[in-house]
Amino acid sequence: MLGRSANGIYWMSRYLERAENAARLLDVGFRMALTRSVHAREEEWRSVLVTIGQDLAYRERHSDYSGNQVANFILRDKDNPASVLRMVENARTSARAVRTSITREVWEATNESWMILRDLLARPVRDGSMGEILAAVRRQATLVRGAMEGSMLRNEVFNFARIGTFIERADNTARILDVKYYVLLPSVAWVGSSLDNVQWETVLRSVAGDRAYRWLNAGYLDPRGIAEFLILDRRFPRSLTFCYEKIRSNMTGLALQYGGEVEAHGLLRHAGARLHQTTIEAIFEQGLHEFISEFIVGNVRIGDAISADYRFIE
Amino acid sequence: MQSTIGATYDEMYDADGTIRPAYARFHDWYEGQDRDWLKKQDAEAERFFRRTGITFNVYGDDAGEERLIPFDMIPRIITANEWRKLSRGIEQRVRALNAFLKDLYHRQEIVRAGRLPVNLLRHNDAFLPQMIGLTPPGGVYTHIVGIDLVRTGPDEFMVLEDNARTPSGVSYMLENRETMMAMFPELFSRVSVRPVQDYPHSLARSLSACAPEGAGVNTDGRPVVAVLTPGIYNSAYFEHAFLADQMGAELVEGSDLRVVDGRVAMRTTRGYEPIDVIYRRVDDDYLDPLTFNPESVLGVPGIMDIYRAGRITIANAPGTGIADDKAIYSFMPEIVEFYTGEKPILQNVPTWRCSEADSLKYVLDNLKDLVVKEVHGSGGYGMLIGPTASRKEIAAFEKKLRAKPENYIAQPTLSLSTVPIFTKAGLAPRHVDLRPFVLVSPNGIEITPGGLTRVALKKGSLVVNSSQGGGTKDSWVLED
Repeated sequence: MLGRSANGIYWMSRYLERAENAARLLDVGFRMALTRSVHAREEEWRSVLVTIGQDLAYRERHSDYSGNQVANFILRDKDNPASVLRMVENARTSARAVRTSITREVWEATNESWMILRDLLARPVRDGSMGEILAAVRRQATLVRGAMEGSMLRNEVFNFARIGTFIERADNTARILDVKYYVLLPSVAWVGSSLDNVQWETVLRSVAGDRAYRWLNAGYLDPRGIAEFLILDRRFPRSLTFCYEKIRSNMTGLALQYGGEVEAHGLLRHAGARLHQTTIEAIFEQGLHEFISEFIVGNVRIGDAISADYRFIE
Repeated sequence: MQSTIGATYDEMYDADGTIRPAYARFHDWYEGQDRDWLKKQDAEAERFFRRTGITFNVYGDDAGEERLIPFDMIPRIITANEWRKLSRGIEQRVRALNAFLKDLYHRQEIVRAGRLPVNLLRHNDAFLPQMIGLTPPGGVYTHIVGIDLVRTGPDEFMVLEDNARTPSGVSYMLENRETMMAMFPELFSRVSVRPVQDYPHSLARSLSACAPEGAGVNTDGRPVVAVLTPGIYNSAYFEHAFLADQMGAELVEGSDLRVVDGRVAMRTTRGYEPIDVIYRRVDDDYLDPLTFNPESVLGVPGIMDIYRAGRITIANAPGTGIADDKAIYSFMPEIVEFYTGEKPILQNVPTWRCSEADSLKYVLDNLKDLVVKEVHGSGGYGMLIGPTASRKEIAAFEKKLRAKPENYIAQPTLSLSTVPIFTKAGLAPRHVDLRPFVLVSPNGIEITPGGLTRVALKKGSLVVNSSQGGGTKDSWVLED
């Protein structure tokens, strides 16, 4: 396939995943806002912006953090080149540029998603319709993934789409941990208060893992267990280990089809071994924050290597 | 020559309001349908087109905005007999166009014979000196041709224009049929319509047959075909993607291509892989910055050298524009006769060449009755339609015409035939034209039955161009 097409399908998947993750973070933000003091609320909105890397851009335009203002900035602000609407638009533009590589189902799901969200986000979003709109973003991204799953050949095109999805998802989970790691650290003040419980649940909700975690742990929340769940649990589809397992199998698919490995395979093997051979105890010993920072840098490097090795651009 | 021709011919109803035989079966079906249901289907068709992204981009006002070409659900119907004669005429014309191009870029017999003024070539940007003496692989110049036909009476089909560069619209022909079959499946069991769906397959086969010698050695003998598009912001991008998809060919942009080891190659995830045939939807001028426009980023530097070496097929060949030039058009009857030795089966629309003094005088005296076109224009831009133009517009045009008469030709305002469209108030006649699509390869000439019918949606309007508010219809050729 063309390098440009591989680039297009990879980024189409990343953009959709990114839009979905942003919507989920906003959802959690609104939930937190219901339960917390004004100051804590502002802090919560700021951390949402920091997680998706838009705090600086936001502060250029606004001086305070109100939920509605933050949400509209992230969802649809014309001056925000990384708004959810822009992500979906980018995904659709990428899909259009690689139309011959994707099935009609995938193209139509992507195109329809863009049409629906463009209409929903045509005007500033009021709090009353926020829930519906955030749900629509998640639903449309799921629809496109479902169309891929159900209609695409399992070949290089599919591999690049999946690699894009999981590189982005791993990045997202890691960033949430990066911003919230202190919540999970043992501290003198830690008594397992209800405030702690709320904070821990926020982290889980941000990756849609609250119910799964509670189900696995009979409702008992424990910070170390949460960290382990998000980083190392191979059953949870947003954990770092799960994402890397998916990237690995799709990269293996490419190696088989192309009759050989590229540099990215080596980087990936190294990163995979780090996840595979460690325990949550070892991670906390090294420092949760250091571990996550290293992971994020390594993840970017793998993405760059894939794009260079497979000639995404000239 | 007269400046207007005849009264309007409606293809569905005769002068007494009786249904013509071609439409009898369709009309029976139509009368049996619930109007409200038809209206619902009409709206459904539009949603379908939006969802599948069958859109085109409009240049100018809302740059980047994608629009739909309105689709009208009443088919345009041609009988088997009418089509037989039409396709004979089209075949003859396309054969002549190719022979003409070959001659122009080699010995120019037609000029030597005094049948075509040499001035038409000398001062014509559409004539590419770079093509002189070069024979394309397979000897084919125009692999894909669209012949624009208009009808003015029961037996009067005339050629309004030849499209020998990169005729577009074939994807609409195919999608219109798909849409009709999806909306009204039972209609097709009542009326036997000749299929058009083979087109992409025929196109792939036809292009492959024109591949250079030695093509496909590394690919099981199957030549590698790619569609070259200027990119997603081009007005016909949908069609480029659609055809590549249907042919199973790669859709490439200039930035994907470069010359590697004496071949044109595309950048794949495994490295550069050679291409044998390029179906390019990029204009000549942008094809090769080393040979033509040096500013172009849409083409491939050096592709013309590979072409000259006979190692790539470019479809259509560069320089084919000279054959559909409007100044050349008026010579088509002579051209057909010169190369085929036969009388033309399809007539030209009578045309005054404003470069000739007598004609210019006549045109200037009759501007309000004529259609005046720029010799190099297309898409319905830069033309004057006398009968609907204001006095001011005519005066302004007259100035341009006097300043550069050789830039213009004039034709009578034709009373194009009408076919009804579906409106909320019922059927209403609108003017139409027809663009059949023709494929040329060393194995012969193939014409898809029917083509694209374009329809002027505004009452009384004669402009059918999609860029100016025209729509399209499914075009049926009936089985015998």
